Amino acid sequence: MKEYQTITEVSGPLVFAEVDEPVGYDEIVEIETPDGETLRGQVLESSEGIVSIQVFEGTGGIDRNASVRFLGETMKMPVTEDLLGRVLDGSGNPIDGGPEIVPDKRQDIVGEAINPYSREYPEEFIQTGVSAIDGMNTLVRGQKLPIFSGSGLPHNELALQIARQATVPEEEATGDDDEGSEFAVIFGAMGITAEEANEFMEDFERTGALERSVVFMNLADDPAVERQVTPRLVLTTAEYLAFEKDYHVLVILTDMTNYCEALREIGAAREEVPGRRGYPGYMYTDLAQLYERAGRIEGREGSVTQIPILTMPGDDDTHPIPDLTGYITEGQIVMDRDLNSQGIEPPINVLPSLSRLMDDGIGEGLTREDHGDVSDQMYAAYAEGEDLRDLVNIVGREALSERDNKFLDFADRFEQEFVQQGYQTNRSIDETLEIGWDLLSMLPKEALNRIDEDLIEEHYREDAGEEAEAVSAD
Amino acid sequence: MSQAEQTETVDEDGVIESVSGPVVTATDLDARMNDVVYVGDEGLMGEVIEIEGNLTTIQVYEETSGVGPGEPVENTGEPLSVDLGPGMMDSIYDGVQRPLDVLEDKMGTAFLDRGVDAPGIDLEKKWEFEPEVEEGDAVEPGDVVGVVEETVTIDHKVMVPPDYEGGEVTSVESGEFTVEETVVELDNGEEIQMHQEWPVRQARPAGDKETPTEPLVTGQRVQDGLFPLAKGGTAAIPGPFGSGKTVTQQQLAKWSDADIVVYIGCGERGNEMTEVIEDFPELPDPQTGNPLMARTCLIANTSNMPVAARESCIYTGITIAEYYRDMGYDVALMADSTSRWAEAMREISSRLEEMPGEEGYPAYLAASLSEFYERAGKFQLINGGEGSISVVGAVSPPGGDFSEPVTQNTLRIVKTFWALDADLAERRHFPSINWNESYSLYKDQLDPWWEENVESDWSEVRQWAVDVLDEEDELQEIVQLVGKDALPEDQQLTLEVARYLREAWLQQNALHDVDTYCEPDKTYRMLTAIKTFNDEAFDALDAGVPVEEITDIDAAPRLNRMGTAEEYEAFIDEIESDLEEQLRALY
Repeated sequence: MKEYQTITEVSGPLVFAEVDEPVGYDEIVEIETPDGETLRGQVLESSEGIVSIQVFEGTGGIDRNASVRFLGETMKMPVTEDLLGRVLDGSGNPIDGGPEIVPDKRQDIVGEAINPYSREYPEEFIQTGVSAIDGMNTLVRGQKLPIFSGSGLPHNELALQIARQATVPEEEATGDDDEGSEFAVIFGAMGITAEEANEFMEDFERTGALERSVVFMNLADDPAVERQVTPRLVLTTAEYLAFEKDYHVLVILTDMTNYCEALREIGAAREEVPGRRGYPGYMYTDLAQLYERAGRIEGREGSVTQIPILTMPGDDDTHPIPDLTGYITEGQIVMDRDLNSQGIEPPINVLPSLSRLMDDGIGEGLTREDHGDVSDQMYAAYAEGEDLRDLVNIVGREALSERDNKFLDFADRFEQEFVQQGYQTNRSIDETLEIGWDLLSMLPKEALNRIDEDLIEEHYREDAGEEAEAVSAD
Repeated sequence: MSQAEQTETVDEDGVIESVSGPVVTATDLDARMNDVVYVGDEGLMGEVIEIEGNLTTIQVYEETSGVGPGEPVENTGEPLSVDLGPGMMDSIYDGVQRPLDVLEDKMGTAFLDRGVDAPGIDLEKKWEFEPEVEEGDAVEPGDVVGVVEETVTIDHKVMVPPDYEGGEVTSVESGEFTVEETVVELDNGEEIQMHQEWPVRQARPAGDKETPTEPLVTGQRVQDGLFPLAKGGTAAIPGPFGSGKTVTQQQLAKWSDADIVVYIGCGERGNEMTEVIEDFPELPDPQTGNPLMARTCLIANTSNMPVAARESCIYTGITIAEYYRDMGYDVALMADSTSRWAEAMREISSRLEEMPGEEGYPAYLAASLSEFYERAGKFQLINGGEGSISVVGAVSPPGGDFSEPVTQNTLRIVKTFWALDADLAERRHFPSINWNESYSLYKDQLDPWWEENVESDWSEVRQWAVDVLDEEDELQEIVQLVGKDALPEDQQLTLEVARYLREAWLQQNALHDVDTYCEPDKTYRMLTAIKTFNDEAFDALDAGVPVEEITDIDAAPRLNRMGTAEEYEAFIDEIESDLEEQLRALY
């Protein structure tokens, strides 16, 4: 391994060095500053005679006398089952004071794409215990379902609730394999504040979840460039545990917005042609290379389910970060500021939320026969109620027909009884659907045009309509 | 990618000069534009995209991590080509026509490794060749010399390649052969195999384009009924995420009455392709009853697969489509999504440091898009027959904003526009095709087909529906201000009729076994049933019946069940007579 003292330029997170032997693209580089500090980086462009290097820990302290070493390999993550229960920094070094990690193997962090032919279509229902998700936007094993949130909204509480409660009910019933139904949680923090990090850690420790978790922490004051690496370490660990050690892995990545900011920063330092709002043109491909590392593989036991969290700048879902994410992920859970200020916990707005893999994960034998119809009908009824709210502001409730008033009541109760549940309540899918029927029974039977007639006969509460009428007449 | 002839013309090797992501430059490489090259020690496949003095720029179809300057570049001397021959139906390829099932075998892992190549069609497999010419027959390019049963649905026609001269047949074989064995010889020494190669960036020759007059029946009411696509036509489906682009595309791939379907998953989700791979072999083709996969070719270059191969997958797909068109088939090609293709062009272009056009896209974006869509059409074939390619391109506009370059440049070319609407999707109105924004310029030229094959008053009934929906759109604006009850009674009734048009007719449940496919007769019948309600209801209103009483009748809500009714004819007849009876009883 040759050492060079040939740095010609340092610019933002980039270092340019002259070399006299070929260096591979993406190779790992170590830079030793005159103070004796060792920084790590990666080759961004390799030409005859000169390479540009992106330094993960920031370029502070590097001068033209710093020495550069090319390690001759691309970045690897040491993986082992013993990682469970450990806390690492954003570059994968333990920070919990525990013993050194003895790797089982070292795996390339730029994962290879899963052959679409080798994938298995995800269709196992995950019960999160959250009605707005289970009932309306069902999560399945191997899905990537992001939470679209905004600054100051309780997305962390929701993520923790899911991490705590997520189970696959079927396996619970067979009962012989307790571990199988629980998830190994891999938590990747990118640029979150120390305070937020403490909240997560406290919750992990309090609930004992840490034992089956691996935590990667890149905090707000850690170098931004490191955020490029953190999610790849997380996903490499997840893939190893899922596809080689048969774990069902739940990956929580927060906050993807910080990741994209780091991407933009590096793009700007490289003087690339920027795309929308200054983000690099390849951001779609880059994000896809993270999100697509979720899924199931035929013939393997484990699975990788992803819940990335992002905060939408200005609550705008057309901003490039949520926009590109939504085009790659299999749906989204959207947090709503209005619902939050009304005290709804969790403040999930189901209308813009979506789970693309829901249809194959629910129904007879999976959840319940009426699940799809009930969810469809509640969507349609809630949307109608929402529309009517605008109208009520102008013409008042009296000007509306009886039918319209019922839809208005439905929308209110939907938020207060179905969505509202608190972060400690764990509802089974049966409970969720029964609440659904309680609410739907406020509406006249003929209005339930999305539900099969037999199912209406079976579940519709005949007396509920009158009760609701009595209430609204008061 | 073709391996058949690559050993013949190996030109001088070059040396890598620099590597930046998928773009590699090499020196001393003697190559032409668009030649395929093998890059580095691992032999990664790439294509020459720029030549400047001694410097050649290559886009590489695989990950380039670890590749460095000094490694060799080997030229094949051939442009990027596809292998054409029996065995393409019922297969799944990546963007450069490597079969993904073969790759899984060869790589021995579920992950896509690098530097592994495989021919697009099985070179070992023997096919039963039935000749259709005899010794002494004169044949010209494009002529069919024999037939192979490719799948239960598709007879694969073996043709004289378009770049041959043609002549008199001197010998004909019959029986089992591999695709590389000669089955017909001509007097000028030309040998015909079941296998052809064709460069993907070059359209296969065909005669004149004709005006399409037959609809591509999709089995989807809103599309067949209001915004039809012709066989040989072009359509775009733009929509923000979550509006149902992929479901709409898949519905077309499943139910449209094309002979052949080429489905390109371009830069989209891996699980979506898996869904198609798992579902299509199980689903019956509505025309033949055979598995859908028997008429389908899948091209899957998912979003995390190399970006350069995403750029080429569109060309791979359309070339395969043209080959089946040359056999005289009606081919439907679905590209999901063309925006990802455009983005791949943008990514490569920016690595080449080309001067960007609008929103960073290369200045040749519009030209590339129109070149692609122009390969669709209903054609006179060079062998005198007829064949068509219909192209449906999904577009994923950033932020759902249709004013962006890919949507706008696409709309300038395509004649059918299915605008997907996030608002409709949010209230679970699917397919979420917005009836106010969408259009089809084929409507008039397809009406005669409908009048002949479905019912003679088709165009009037459809126009009635369009008028009611238009009127509803206007009335809704007033309702937003003053409420529904402030409207005159006849307008309230129009709103009610429009609601049935939307909920009972335009909405269609892709997940329901019956409703997922709606034949043209049923589309027409459902519409006339709603019109019956309209006519009877207005008669009642004229006779002085209050509008609440009219809308309250039992029979009307049952219109919503027409789509899912198994024996729809009897079911609709019954509703109609109930409607008449109940409405007439009111006065």
